[in-house]
Amino acid sequence: MADASTSAKGDLKLSNITKSFGDFKAVDDLSLVIPEGSFFALLGPSGCGKTTTLRMIAGLETPTSGSIHVGTTDITDMRPYKRPVNTVFQNYALFPHLSIFENVAFGLRRRGIKDVKEQVDKVLNLVELPHLADRKPTQLSGGQQQRIAVARAIVNRPALLLLDEPLGALDLKLRRQMQIELKWIQTEVGLTFVHVTHDQEEAMTMADTIAVMNEGRIEQMGSPADLYDNPKTAFVANFLGQSNLIEGTIVDSDGDSHVVDLYGQKVSVLKRRTSAKDSSVLFGIRPEKLRIQPDSHDKPGNLLTGGKISDVSYIGVSTQYQVEMPWGQEIMVFEQNDDGVPPLDKGDTVRLSWEPIFSFALDGNQDAQAGVEVDPEAE
Amino acid sequence: MSTATSTLQKPVKKRRKVPMPYLLLLPGMLWLITFFLIPILTLVKTSVNMDLQNYDPTSASTGSFWGNFWYAARTHEAPFARSFIYALAATLIALCIAYPLAYGIAFKSGRWKNVLLVLVVAPFFCSFILRTIAWKQILGQEGPVFHLLLNLHLVTLQTHITASPGAVIAGLSYNFLPFMTLPLYSSLERIDPRTLEASGDLYANAFTTFRKVTLPLSLPGVVAGTLLTFIPAAGDYVNAEILGNPSTTMIGNVINAQFLRTSNYTLAAALSFVFMVMIIAIVLFYISRAGTEELV
Repeated sequence: MADASTSAKGDLKLSNITKSFGDFKAVDDLSLVIPEGSFFALLGPSGCGKTTTLRMIAGLETPTSGSIHVGTTDITDMRPYKRPVNTVFQNYALFPHLSIFENVAFGLRRRGIKDVKEQVDKVLNLVELPHLADRKPTQLSGGQQQRIAVARAIVNRPALLLLDEPLGALDLKLRRQMQIELKWIQTEVGLTFVHVTHDQEEAMTMADTIAVMNEGRIEQMGSPADLYDNPKTAFVANFLGQSNLIEGTIVDSDGDSHVVDLYGQKVSVLKRRTSAKDSSVLFGIRPEKLRIQPDSHDKPGNLLTGGKISDVSYIGVSTQYQVEMPWGQEIMVFEQNDDGVPPLDKGDTVRLSWEPIFSFALDGNQDAQAGVEVDPEAE
Repeated sequence: MSTATSTLQKPVKKRRKVPMPYLLLLPGMLWLITFFLIPILTLVKTSVNMDLQNYDPTSASTGSFWGNFWYAARTHEAPFARSFIYALAATLIALCIAYPLAYGIAFKSGRWKNVLLVLVVAPFFCSFILRTIAWKQILGQEGPVFHLLLNLHLVTLQTHITASPGAVIAGLSYNFLPFMTLPLYSSLERIDPRTLEASGDLYANAFTTFRKVTLPLSLPGVVAGTLLTFIPAAGDYVNAEILGNPSTTMIGNVINAQFLRTSNYTLAAALSFVFMVMIIAIVLFYISRAGTEELV
């Protein structure tokens, strides 16, 4: 009965997976490979298809087309209870009628494993809750239930551990702590973790590789730093952190840089950080990479002049400015409060400067607001 | 002087605050005293006011004959036994019918859920007695069930389905089915479907998931449903009256006859009280064995 659950090992491979609900394509021709032993995050707003993808891997949904392999084993049509996959459910789904010990032992008992007590004790020690073995799930706090849900899954040593928004029900402080703990557990047990979340910070803290999903497709995949520094689409630029995207045109090239015209002002961007198909671009720069000065100053590097501060928020460690540019667009600037200079005032005329290496240029044929309106907490 | 006034005023304020919860309890307490406690005491008083062993309806009430309870129980062993056996059988049949029904409504009915729930309670829109009489027609010699069985050569024209213990049990099962179905439904419906998914995820097939997760989680509904079926079924007299024969008499029929026909109020009251004590004992035993408090 549990043949595949013990034998199948290796990379998880999704090939051309599509899942339709009526006319709606929840997942659209998705292909990806998750290397064995990695911590992989599927990140995206609600309704982007990440949970559907996870449920197909778990066997709780059947793909409309495409195939799923673990190593060389095809698990596309395998019943959930035969898969080498365990899931940590959103809200944990612990069995309310069983003790913590029996919750954790559930999978072992179904597979007829002999040394249940030993293995359960070991994993309860791993999540540091051995003293709660005789309690019922309702007697545990949210954070403790979360750890038991992880213990109940990893005790089976699956080829794949799926985590469906596992930290969504916890408060912020506990979530931070559990992020570190989950990452530690993953390193400790060496299993492949596939983590679904809408929280970009959570994904960036824990995952080795993140796939950003939008409307059933993968927008971009890479390491957290790679995605943040080199977004390839407006959606990724806006969903992972914040970006200022300005419509512009490539007017010249010199060496390894393009010169871009932004409403009459010339700035530069590295060619290797340009993903535009033609001369029409969305010129991008992160708010924390911008420096803001009174308009009289002159500094080398890229420069945009004629801005007017429309809003100032002092938040201690930094000051956030909204700067209205001559063409009407609001540019966001995060300035570290580390130079002893008091913040500039609303209404001041300013210029923005940055190191050319920080700017990036995206294809101009897309919505500059993609991924902005999405409220990451709305799930 | 001013401190004296303030210390004097405080207790007055407190006294006004305290009785509020008791005031709220008052209507309920009055209701219980008037319609439960006093009738029970009257029942006990009536059941001992005459000596049943030397019963003489013409004599005046002369004292307290506590032996009446034992006498009433001992002289009516058969109807008591029948009541509990029929009720038990009806409860088990109703459970077997109601569990799949409630399961289907809770998990598989989709948008038909509300329609099906209305259908479960729909029989209540029609009188209890009328429905029982209808069963007499359905099971009778001219009814569809008899004809079907006749064609299958399972019965002959001389057989009677009605006027038998089977008919009484069938009637009881039918009449109390909603009382079984609704608590079962509500406890099944409360089960988080993700716990069932989690069970499948943890290597349990559909049957094991039912045995290890669904059934234990629905036990509070099973306990509530069986109690709500068993208690009224054991005390029922309509089904035995309409669908039974003189040898299917249940305790309810005896009490009914003693109160309304023979007018032996002492015996009727003693039987009622003994029956009540027996039911309470059975229910307490059942609940202690089922251990419902552990389940939720």
